[in-house]
Amino acid sequence: MTETAPPPIITVSNLIKQFGRFAALRGVTAEFSAGKLYAILGDNGAGKTTLLRTLAGLNRPSHGQITILGESKFHDICHEVGYMAHPSLLYDEMSGMENLEYFARLYGIAGNSRCAEVIRAVGLDPDLLRPVGQYSQGMRQRMSLARALLNDPRILLLDEPFSNVDLHSAKEMVRLLARARDNGRTVIIVTHQGSLLEGAADEFVWMEFGKIVERTRGLTRGLKK
Amino acid sequence: MSAPAAVTRVTLLKDLRLEWRSKDAINSMLFFSLLVVVVFSFSFDPSAEESRQIAGGLIWVAFLFAAVVALNQTWAREIRNQVLDAYRVSPAPSNSLFIAKTLGNFIFVTVLEALMTPLFIVFYRLRSIGPVWQLLLVVMVGTWALVVNGTFFAAMSLRTRSREIMLPLLLFPTSIPALLAMVQATTSILSGESAHFWIVLLVTYDLVFTTVCLLLFETVLNAE
Repeated sequence: MTETAPPPIITVSNLIKQFGRFAALRGVTAEFSAGKLYAILGDNGAGKTTLLRTLAGLNRPSHGQITILGESKFHDICHEVGYMAHPSLLYDEMSGMENLEYFARLYGIAGNSRCAEVIRAVGLDPDLLRPVGQYSQGMRQRMSLARALLNDPRILLLDEPFSNVDLHSAKEMVRLLARARDNGRTVIIVTHQGSLLEGAADEFVWMEFGKIVERTRGLTRGLKK
Repeated sequence: MSAPAAVTRVTLLKDLRLEWRSKDAINSMLFFSLLVVVVFSFSFDPSAEESRQIAGGLIWVAFLFAAVVALNQTWAREIRNQVLDAYRVSPAPSNSLFIAKTLGNFIFVTVLEALMTPLFIVFYRLRSIGPVWQLLLVVMVGTWALVVNGTFFAAMSLRTRSREIMLPLLLFPTSIPALLAMVQATTSILSGESAHFWIVLLVTYDLVFTTVCLLLFETVLNAE
């Protein structure tokens, strides 16, 4: 029996993103399927974060097109996307639960049971009253992941989710993301820590100078480099 | 899906909670206004009639400068940790954010005015000849004129490198008609003259600028 590839959930065609005269993305064309975990790797300045921000609707493409779940307008499918950036996207003066309660309301989620559920899922305590500003960097990263998971999105876009997280917690986060993938979610992770995703990622996407240069099943190319 | 009114309410409550905890805006505004009151009271020694003539200008200029401090703070919170991006990727309507921020600033500036007005009355021996309720009306529509434009221009200057300078540069020229109406209305009421024309002008200004800001805010929010 032959394995049929799932249909693409995200299609990117000839995507160019320019900031003034500098082209951060130089004609990216790619497809990402449902129920897969992708790791986007590359050197600093390769265009990984710009690609992720453009997928998340935060950057407008200068040229080319992005289709997510069959829609080209991000606002039409934004409730299906969870986005985690390198900064925490959380208010330092509020506790984790207060932050998540606020963001839950933006998605029309009432009550705080979902907030408590995702906080527990990332290994934190929902009753922790300390403001996020007093969290360690690793705790902040995990709370930021909880915020991205809040709306139970079909697509997760994560920028450096493991930076400043200890190895044990990072592996826990990888297991959580692999479970999300197994439940049919599409997970796209921009990272410099590709080795953490070996065995979990379905595909490694390599970027250089604003282009996708290779897609591999393992980290082989990275090791050669 | 999130209802616009519900998002406005939770965003406003969140802003009030953040301000209650940090007191960044209120403290800076109070300190600045207090300095203006004290410095001017030492600089001039006006009679009761002279006070009535200059108080309108003095009060509103002090509030305008103080409001700029609050307006800068409002958005500074949103770009720390790039929290604004979390709002932008959510299905929440852009205008709910704008209305919540404007209402928040309106509350902060109104609190400042409530605290500072008694001091102005004492330091400048002010006594209104005209009806006080008209003064209250001028304060309400005048404050709205300041904060609606201020909130919008503060959002516009959010991503500029020198936003503290950019905001007054954009806000002050646009606020001249409103400021003129506020000063003239206040002076007229204090002196017992009719302020009807100036109040109508202020209300018209509020309606026009609130509509324009609501129409343009989404573009400003998503500008790169």
